[in-house]
Amino acid sequence: MTADTADKAATKSSAGPNLQLLRFAESITIPVLALVASALVFSVFLLAIGKDPITFYSLIWTGGFGSSFSLQNTLQRAAPLILTGLAFAVPARIGLTMIGGEGALVLGGFTAAAVAIPMVVGGVPPFVTLPVMAITAMLTGGLWVGLTGWLKYYRGVNETIASLLLSYIAIAIMNFFVEGALRDPSSANKPSTMPIGDAYRVGNIPGMDVHWGLAAGIILAIALWILMSRTTFGFAARMTGGNARAALAQGLPVGWLMVVCCMIAGACAGLAGFFEVAAIHGQANASLVAGYGFTGILVSFLARHNPIAVVPVAILFGAIAAAGGVIQRRMGMPDATVLVLQGIMFVVLLVSETFYGRIKFFQPRSTGDRI
Amino acid sequence: MSFSLSRRSLLRAGAAGLAASALPFGLARAQTNVILGIVYVGPKDDFGWNQAHAVSVEALKALPGITVVEEENVPETDAVAKSMESMINLDGANLILATSFGYYKPFVVDLAAKYPNVTFRHAAPLWNKDTDPANAGSYFPYLNQAHYVNGVAAGLSSPTGKIGFVAAKPIPSVLSNINSVLLGARSVNPNATVQVIFTGEWSLPVREAEATNALVDAGCDVITCHVDSPKVVIETAEGRGVKTCGHNASQASLGPKGFITGAEYKWETIYKSYADDIAAGKTPPNFLVGGYNNDMLRNTPYGAGATPEAIKAADAAIEALKGGAPIYKGMLKDNAGNVVVDKDYDNYDPYLDGMNWLLEGVQGSIT
Amino acid sequence: MDSAVITVLIAMLGGAIRVSTPFMFVALGECLTEKSGRINLGLEGNLVLGAMVAYAVSFLTGNPWLGVLAAGGAGLFLGALHGYICKLPKVNDIAVGIAMMSFGTGLAFFFGKPFIQPTAPRLDAIPLGDWTGNPALAQALQVNPLFFVGIILSVIMWWAFRNTKWGLIVRMTGDSAASAKAMGVSVDLVRFLATAAGGFLAGIGGAFLSLYYPGSWNQGLSSGQGLMAVALVIFARWDPIKCIFAALLFGAAGAIGPALQSVGISQGYYFFNAAPYILTLFIMIASARSKGAAREVPGELSITK
Repeated sequence: MTADTADKAATKSSAGPNLQLLRFAESITIPVLALVASALVFSVFLLAIGKDPITFYSLIWTGGFGSSFSLQNTLQRAAPLILTGLAFAVPARIGLTMIGGEGALVLGGFTAAAVAIPMVVGGVPPFVTLPVMAITAMLTGGLWVGLTGWLKYYRGVNETIASLLLSYIAIAIMNFFVEGALRDPSSANKPSTMPIGDAYRVGNIPGMDVHWGLAAGIILAIALWILMSRTTFGFAARMTGGNARAALAQGLPVGWLMVVCCMIAGACAGLAGFFEVAAIHGQANASLVAGYGFTGILVSFLARHNPIAVVPVAILFGAIAAAGGVIQRRMGMPDATVLVLQGIMFVVLLVSETFYGRIKFFQPRSTGDRI
Repeated sequence: MSFSLSRRSLLRAGAAGLAASALPFGLARAQTNVILGIVYVGPKDDFGWNQAHAVSVEALKALPGITVVEEENVPETDAVAKSMESMINLDGANLILATSFGYYKPFVVDLAAKYPNVTFRHAAPLWNKDTDPANAGSYFPYLNQAHYVNGVAAGLSSPTGKIGFVAAKPIPSVLSNINSVLLGARSVNPNATVQVIFTGEWSLPVREAEATNALVDAGCDVITCHVDSPKVVIETAEGRGVKTCGHNASQASLGPKGFITGAEYKWETIYKSYADDIAAGKTPPNFLVGGYNNDMLRNTPYGAGATPEAIKAADAAIEALKGGAPIYKGMLKDNAGNVVVDKDYDNYDPYLDGMNWLLEGVQGSIT
Repeated sequence: MDSAVITVLIAMLGGAIRVSTPFMFVALGECLTEKSGRINLGLEGNLVLGAMVAYAVSFLTGNPWLGVLAAGGAGLFLGALHGYICKLPKVNDIAVGIAMMSFGTGLAFFFGKPFIQPTAPRLDAIPLGDWTGNPALAQALQVNPLFFVGIILSVIMWWAFRNTKWGLIVRMTGDSAASAKAMGVSVDLVRFLATAAGGFLAGIGGAFLSLYYPGSWNQGLSSGQGLMAVALVIFARWDPIKCIFAALLFGAAGAIGPALQSVGISQGYYFFNAAPYILTLFIMIASARSKGAAREVPGELSITK
C-alpha cells in the first residue's frame, strides 16, 4: 500500500490538475462507499440477531452527533485518537508498520506526570510546568519509538514486533514506578503519582467541553501533512516507503529517515499521553493503558495514512465510542457490539483498497497506464 | 439537599424521554421517576465484581417507578465521565451508581459538581464530607470481614496451615483481605501462614493459573484469591486437589471436592436501602459502609472442603463480627518487624483504609 | 536456597509445558502462512474466537474434542477470509490481519457472553510424572495431548517443507512468486490455503486456552498470546522445530514471575512478569543480523521488506 501511495504521489507531482481532481474525488468516493457498504453488512448482522438496524444507526447519530453534548462527547473521545492515529500514519508512510503507540502514550504520560512532581512541589508556575511536561512526554515517546526505527534499520529487527514488545515493557515500567518509587501515599486503592492539582490542569477549549488535546491533534495533523506531502523530507520518506533499496541507491539517508519518522510518531503518542495526564487524570496511573494506541492503528488505516484524513476518521471512531454507550442502554446490546461494527468496517474498508485505480470513472482518458 | 427531583431535572428527563422513543417505558407512568444509571468497569457477566453488582441491580429493576440504564466495560478514563454525562443528558438519569474504584476522582467528583441535581453514589469508601460535593457519596461493604471468616474456616480445614493467596495488586483493599485471612486462620491455628503472589493485573487468567500452581507447589493446601473473577483460580486449585475459599460471589459449584466457603458482597442490601429511601422521597445517605454488623456481607454456604470444627468456628466468628468484634487487635507486627497495629481498631477505622503492610505470618512483599 | 532454585526450575518446566501449547499452535500456523509469503497478524482474533467457540461447543455438546474441532473451524473461517481478501490486488496483508484481529475478538466477545459462567467439560491431561514421587514435578509433567500434537505437527511440517512437493510449492511461493508462477503454480491459491490452514491451527491454540489451561472462557483470556506467537515465528526464523523451542522458552519465561514470588522474591514483579517480552526483544536484537537470518526469510514476506 505504501508503495502505491508513493507511486501516486510521484504521479501527482508530474500530472495536471485534472488528474489531481480525479484522484481526490476517488479518494473521497471509495471510502464513503465502503463505509456505506460496511453499514449494510452490519445491518445484516443486526437483522440476523433480531435487532433493528434503523434504531441502531439513529442511535449512532443521537449518541455521536445528535446534540451539542453528543458532539462534544465525540470530539473529546476523538482527541487522543487523532494523535495515536498520526503515530501510526507517519511511520506507515516510510513503510514501517509501527504498532507501539500505546507504549509511547503510556510512557509519555508517565514521564510528564513524573517531571511535574518536583515542579509542582517547588511552586513553578503552570505556564512553565505544562510546556516542560509536554516536551518531556514528546521526547520520551519519541525516543521510545525512535528506538524501534533504529533497531529496524541498524539491527534489522522487525519493527512491528519490536514496537509491540516495547509497548508491553513500557507498561511494565509505568506500573513499576507508579506502584513503587513514585506512588503518592494517599492514592490508596488506585496507585498513582502525585496529583498535579487543578491549577496545573490543561483546561478546555473556550466555549467547549473538550480539552486542548483536540486542537493540538488537528494542528499536528496539518503540520504533518505539510511535512509528509510538501517537503523534501516527506518526499524522501515516501520514496523510501515505496522502495527502500532504490532510495538507498539514490543516496537517501534511509536509516536517519526511519528513525526520525519513528520519533515523530512517538512524539505524537507521547503528547496524547501528556493530555491524558494533564487534561484528564491529573496524575499517572494504570488508567493510561486505555487502548488508544491500538485504536489509532485502525484510525490510520482507514485514513490511508493521510495525516489530514486522520482527523475525520478519529472523529468517526469517537462518535462510535460515544454512541456505544447509548446503544447499550437503549437497545440492551453488549459492549462488544461496537467491536463487531469496527471489525466489519475495518475489513470492508481494506477490501475497498482494491478499487483504487480500477474504477473507469476516475481514470484519465489520456493515459492508458494503470497505477 | 433533598432528593426530590427539582423541576429542572424533571424537564430534562421528560425531554430526553421524548427524544428516546426507543425506551420501553413511559416516563409519565412512573410514580417516583427515578432513572438510575449504572456504569460497570468490565462486562456485566464476568462471574466476579461486575456481575455481583449487576445481579443485585436486578432487584431494583422490579421496583415500580424505577428505570435502570446500564453501561458495561467503561474504562476509568474520561470515557466514564462522558458515559455518566450521557446518561444524565440523554436518558435523564438522576441517580448514578459508579461501581469501580477509579471512577471517583476526578470523574465522579467533577461531574457531581457540574450536575448538582443528580445524585452520585460510588462503590468505595472515598467520599469526604469536607471536600467533596454534597450530591456525591460512597457505599461499600468491608469484604475483609468475610475474608476473616474464610481464614477461620481455612485455618481449621487445612492440614498444614499454609494458605495461598492469589492477589491482583498490592493496594489496601487487597492487603486487608490478605491480612484478615491470616488473622482469621491464626485465631484458630497460631502457626498458620499465608503466602501471597501478586499477578499485577485484575484479570489475567493464565498468570492467575500459574500463580495458583506455584502456590500449590510451594506447599499451600488452601487457596483463596482477590482478583476480578476467581473462576480460574478456584478451578485450577480444585484440579490440583487442594481446598479453596472464594471471593466476590459464590464459586461453590466450581469446587465440588475442596470448596470451603467464600467471601461475598451483599450489594442488594445497599441497593434496596437506596430504593426504599427514594420511594420514601428521601436522599440516600452520603456514606453507607458496613459489613456483617449491618447485613452487607455473607459467606458462601460451606462446601465439602470445610471440616465440622471449621464450620463451627466460622459460624462463631460471623456471630462475633455481627456484634462488632474487631479483627485488628494490637499488638501486631508487619512481616518486616515494625509494629503496625498498636491497639484494637474498630473494623471501620480509617487507619485501616490506608493499610500498606502485610502482617507477620504473610509471606510476600508489596513492592 | 537450593530448594528455591529447584522450585523455580520445576515451575519453569511446568510453565513451559502448560503455557506453551497455544503459542505453539499459533506459531506453527503463522509459520505455514509466512512460508507461503503472506503474513497474518490477526491470529490473535483466531485464538480468541477459537477459545470461545471451543468452550461453547464443549459446553453444549459435552464433548471437549468436538470443541477443539469447532475452534479449528472458527479459525479456518477467519483464516480463509484473510486469505481471500488478501488475494485482491493492492490489499495490505498486515492491515487485514489487524482488522481480522479486531473482527475475531469482537465476534468472540459478542457471542461469548452466555458462556462465561457455565463450566464446560475440559480436556484431560496425560499424567507422565507420577513415577517421580514429587508432587510438583508430577504436576509439571501433566501433559495435554495437544502438546504432543503440536510437537509432532512441527516435525511433520519441518520434514514436509524439505521433502515433499507441497512443501516445496509453499516455500517457492513464499520465496519468489514470479518463479512459482513460471512453474504453473497458482500463487493465490497456495497462499489462500496456507492462510486458511494457519488460521485453523491458531483456532486449536485457542481451544487449548479455554478447554485446558487455564481452562475457562472469559474476555481477558488471551492477553495477547496470539500476537506474541506471531513474534515467535520471526524469532524462530521460520523453522517449525525452532517455533516449538521458542514457544517452550516463552512459556518458561512466563512462569518466572509467579515462581519467584512463591520462593519469596517479589521485588519488581512487574519486570519479572514482563520477562517474556524483554527476553524476546533481546534475542531478536541479538539474532536479527546473524549470518543465516537473511537466508531464512521468505523473500515475498512484506513484514521483512
